[in-house]
Amino acid sequence: MMLTVEGLVAAYGRIEALKGVDLTVAEGEIVALIGANGAGKTTLLMSLCGRPRAKAGRIRLLDDDIAHLPTFAIVRKGVAIAPEGRRIFPRLSVLENLRLGAVTADPAYFDSDLKRVLGLFPRLKERLDQRGGTLSGGEQQMLAIGRALMARPRLLLLDEPSLGLAPLVVRQIFDIIAAIRAEQKVTVFLVEQNAHHALRLADRGYVMVNGRITLSGSGAELLANPEIRAAYLDGGHG
Amino acid sequence: MAYFLQQLVNGVALGAIYGLIAIGYTMVYGIIGMINFAHGEIFMIGAFLSLIALLLIAALGISNVPLALALTLLFAMAFAALYGWTVERLAYRPLRGSQRLAPLISAIGMSIVLQNTVQLLQGARVKPLQPVITGGLVLMEGDGFVVRLSYLQIIIMLLTLALMIGFTWLIHNTTLGRAQRATEQDMTMAALVGIDVDRTISATFVMGAALAAVAGLMVTLYYGVVDFYIGFHAGVKAFTAAVLGGIGSLPGAMLGGLLIGLIEAFWSGYFTIEYKDVAAFAILILVLIFRPTGLLGRPEIEKV
Repeated sequence: MMLTVEGLVAAYGRIEALKGVDLTVAEGEIVALIGANGAGKTTLLMSLCGRPRAKAGRIRLLDDDIAHLPTFAIVRKGVAIAPEGRRIFPRLSVLENLRLGAVTADPAYFDSDLKRVLGLFPRLKERLDQRGGTLSGGEQQMLAIGRALMARPRLLLLDEPSLGLAPLVVRQIFDIIAAIRAEQKVTVFLVEQNAHHALRLADRGYVMVNGRITLSGSGAELLANPEIRAAYLDGGHG
Repeated sequence: MAYFLQQLVNGVALGAIYGLIAIGYTMVYGIIGMINFAHGEIFMIGAFLSLIALLLIAALGISNVPLALALTLLFAMAFAALYGWTVERLAYRPLRGSQRLAPLISAIGMSIVLQNTVQLLQGARVKPLQPVITGGLVLMEGDGFVVRLSYLQIIIMLLTLALMIGFTWLIHNTTLGRAQRATEQDMTMAALVGIDVDRTISATFVMGAALAAVAGLMVTLYYGVVDFYIGFHAGVKAFTAAVLGGIGSLPGAMLGGLLIGLIEAFWSGYFTIEYKDVAAFAILILVLIFRPTGLLGRPEIEKV
């Protein structure tokens, strides 16, 4: 297993956002986590990176227990994240943002990785010297994913890659995620409110409600599940 | 005209020293958003370290002045850097993530501790130093007034210029500099790309302290006297310079330092020396009324 989470509990102050989460992601898989706003999806992704730190439970990356490691050390083990809100460094250029993505990677690969990321996102190529803060929302999302890819991650975490984007761009981003997995054998764990797209793309999915996993199955199974259709696909909680 | 030129020379030399100290304030503020009130003390310790090194080197019988100065510079920078690192490690890092006021109070405490330590170890009396670098150039003579540019002033200006260029280059072109700017803009995201944020912050303190030590050496040579209280005064001035230039901005710290130095020199030259601080602070107040972010500071809106 690329990622094994057992009984994960995490909290912001006294508010317990994760109440014992179990899930696994196999090597090379795309796994989607869906759920309503406030269910704890973002907290789960972030706590995999140590922010907030797990209060209980285990997080294993391949064979290493990473739950107690500081964030930068977890990232150095091969986890990269395109987090909620994209968090582009606003006053650094696009190129510098990508360079920072590669902080943990072997510098020997920098040129070829840069070329590949710019191949995936040609829009970024035109904006290399522009400050990150001046990009449009869609471009920032591309940069956030590109920055994460520059780390040559084993496990790529994507938080709402479709949020706030035009439908055409969403489709583009999901196509690219599929392409990344196919070409680079990266394992992808993504969180989405856009359940339809996410489940079509993913091999497997988990549904999160109030800090707990309530359902899991293959992408197709979950798509066909009437409960899910009612809650997340046909309007519902959106 | 000659008199004016002389004040200009004096002001630029003084401003260079303030600018070097101001960089430490502005960088630390930029990266962790706190005013390191102990920074003035690090400068004072740098001055004492320079004095000790100069006396040691003289005792060892090294009489080659450039060599002696280079050794002193290295000695003072290295030990001041160690002080800077230790202060951050002991007084600020344990408080990271607590409310904003806590490290500020800790900084004031650290400042008092350092000041009193030096007072106890070195005594409260002013320590004199024989002039090490003497002589200079006569720039012009007019109205019975001679404009002098001392060799020491030339060294101060050139060394400051070199350090500022080198430093700016480092911030913009090295991995460490990029990590510092990333940490400054988004500490969480910096950790999420794999930057060791604690180490980056330590490096910032070390760099600021090393520059303050250079300023300490310059002041020791320039004024020929050192005492345990100089850190407070220079600290307040350099902090003012950093705010005037726009706190968080590196070029701002340099510009602010230069301006404060010039204001002081001209005010002392044309009005009364007793009120030179009033002049400096009055200008600061005026600038902050019309540009709350300082001369080169960026507006808060840009912060994401």
